[in-house]
Amino acid sequence: MHKRLIEENLNQIRDKLLVMGGAAEKAIMLSMRSLEERDSSLAERVIREDDAIDGMELELDQMCVDVLVLKQPAASDLRFVVSVARTAPMVERIADHAVNVAKHALSLNDEPQIDLGLDLSKMSNAVQGMLIDGLDAFTSGDPDKARATIERDDEVDGLYDLFYSEIITRMGRDSSLVERGVQWVSVIKHLERIADYVTNICEQIIYMSRGQVIKHSVW
Amino acid sequence: MIEKLETTPKDTDMPSSSSASSAVLTTNSANEVREAPSDRNSTAQTTVVDKIKVQNLNFYYGKSRALKDISLSMPPNKVTAYIGPSGCGKSTLLRTLNRMNDVIPGTRVEGLVELDGTDIYAAGTDVVSLRRQAGMVFQKSNPFPRSIFDNVAYGIKINNMTKSKSDLADRVEKSLRAAAIWDEVKDRLNQSAFGLSGGQQQRLCIARALAVEPQVVLMDEPCSALDPIATQKIEELIVELKTKYTIIIVTHNMQQAARVSDLTAFFWLGEMIEFSNTEKMFTKPDKQMTEDYITGRFG
Amino acid sequence: MTGLTAFCAVLAVSALFLILGYILVGGLRALSFSFLVNTPKPIGEPGSGIANAIVGSVIMIAVGSVIGMPIGILAGVFLSEYGSNKFGTILRFLVDTLTGTPSIVIGVFVWTAMVHPMGYFSALAGGVSLGIMMMPIVARTTEEMIKLVPHSLREAALALGAPKWRVTLGVVLRTAAGGVATGAMLAIARIAGETAPLLFTALGLNYLSTNLFQPMASLTYQIYYYAGSPYEEWHDMAWAATLVLVAMILALNILVKILTRNRHQQI
Repeated sequence: MHKRLIEENLNQIRDKLLVMGGAAEKAIMLSMRSLEERDSSLAERVIREDDAIDGMELELDQMCVDVLVLKQPAASDLRFVVSVARTAPMVERIADHAVNVAKHALSLNDEPQIDLGLDLSKMSNAVQGMLIDGLDAFTSGDPDKARATIERDDEVDGLYDLFYSEIITRMGRDSSLVERGVQWVSVIKHLERIADYVTNICEQIIYMSRGQVIKHSVW
Repeated sequence: MIEKLETTPKDTDMPSSSSASSAVLTTNSANEVREAPSDRNSTAQTTVVDKIKVQNLNFYYGKSRALKDISLSMPPNKVTAYIGPSGCGKSTLLRTLNRMNDVIPGTRVEGLVELDGTDIYAAGTDVVSLRRQAGMVFQKSNPFPRSIFDNVAYGIKINNMTKSKSDLADRVEKSLRAAAIWDEVKDRLNQSAFGLSGGQQQRLCIARALAVEPQVVLMDEPCSALDPIATQKIEELIVELKTKYTIIIVTHNMQQAARVSDLTAFFWLGEMIEFSNTEKMFTKPDKQMTEDYITGRFG
Repeated sequence: MTGLTAFCAVLAVSALFLILGYILVGGLRALSFSFLVNTPKPIGEPGSGIANAIVGSVIMIAVGSVIGMPIGILAGVFLSEYGSNKFGTILRFLVDTLTGTPSIVIGVFVWTAMVHPMGYFSALAGGVSLGIMMMPIVARTTEEMIKLVPHSLREAALALGAPKWRVTLGVVLRTAAGGVATGAMLAIARIAGETAPLLFTALGLNYLSTNLFQPMASLTYQIYYYAGSPYEEWHDMAWAATLVLVAMILALNILVKILTRNRHQQI
């Protein structure tokens, strides 16, 4: 098989998506760390670096349009380009959620710490793990890995429900916790939404590799 | 009735089966309604009657086998495209459908080709009449060195389709309109056909073919010698024509197949690799070989 | 090298010019309008002419054409359309052989086949021998002209439901008609200058005749007859007759050239 002209375009697109995904991973990690270590400089960094991620989304969008018009890809190439065009905004949304977490960190770090008796790292590790594996599956076009990743969303949802009720209970007992508690609820909500986006990305992976459309379907 | 005597499956993807009739099924049928084997005694119904059916067709140029066990069915009033690299047999197959290969010495046909349920290779077939029903448009336009009018009238005259001069003129006009070229030539019907541009000549050839009132129009790379605008006009014409005719088009331009056809068959080295809806063929083909060809990995 | 080849080319062409020069000089002497319209008179009488020879040549060429052209054209059609097999190859070879057969052999053949059994020389036999010579030439040029008709034209007609014979006659032959006609004219130009076959078939006649069943005069025979005579007067007439013959053939060839120049744009 000879080297096709379109390979270069597709490789560039794939590389850029990887870079963008890595930046989103880093944003989640840093924003969670800024909460755990109560280090606001990390949160500020996340907020600053979000512009670059937004820029990458625009670039990827343009790269996909260009490839469609200039190279007229078909079959698997077409599905790849369409999938990237759909996935890039999802990654950008993930990064936005990380930014929101960072903003909450800035606010919470200025207040005295509260003890919610939660091991938040369990949830954030699960979510980060899903994102890493999801992006991995995208690069290698692995539908089985994608499917397995989708299934881990249940775990994240479970943790969310658990943590949510725990925080509500504590707020009910001690009303001075409410203002900060509400922000923590928001934080875990953002994490849960990130996991949902990863699920959507994995659905795209399955379309890309098998041509099956499984969004909006019941598992 | 030609029965396939051996049942050796050629494509390793095909499920092996001991029944001769299911050898037809294992190629992709584009007609999603058809589920049952095409056993002649079966009561399973197809809701669409095939216009052209090819079954276990083998074609030989002398000793060399150019078409290997081809089976496919083309529905009426649709455009079916044949794609594949040069030499894969798509033009040979097209020419089998109106027996134009008969004029090449040393060719041999085995298998079944049916038009409206009638075997066209049966002994005693009126080949002249067959060619009236299945008209052909060629790669390079080939108008006769006569006037535009005479070109279209030729087929009408030799088939004794009309007795009066005015009827002839009406038929010529009707055909030129059907080929979307009437307005461009109505004032110069008596001028030589060679005065037209390449794209116009090709539409004239289409008019000429339509004049004998065929049911099927076979097109062998009709646009390959034309510029993009002329090509576009002919593609638009094809989409219009399919409401009244069944069209089979051979093309080496995959984007063209994607633009105009409803069904696409992919050929490689004399075998039909895949046959499905065009949309499916170009977004998610079943066979890896099809995928590789469409994405330009070879060919 | 260029100098040598140029010199040889000039040498070859100069032979032609020499011949034409001799003919012109020798022929103009006896050439006059009366020469062309009078019949031969006895030696000594003025006003002798070659009208009978001109008429005779024309008649016999016409007879030859009537025989040679239809057969030749149809043979050419057969060779090109149906002759791609072994039989066709053999036939083609035989036709070529006939083209190369010495004209005197043809003359002797017709003598044996017609003159001897009939018991007399005749213009008909003369025409037949010219026709036999025309046939293979016309057949081959027809075949070549038909082969020039693009295959795509045949396919177009076949695909419209025309049977093969109709395609051959109505489309192919019609398209090649110009070329076939040119080939026929060239064949006429060739046989117009033949003498040997007429020696054995039509012989010659001293007066004007249109009767096919007796000898007839012809330009070539007259030239031969006059040139071989002891009379100076007849020698002059021979030169003049040669001039007329050469002029006729030249005119035909020029006509062919003019007509073929236009055709290059058509096919």
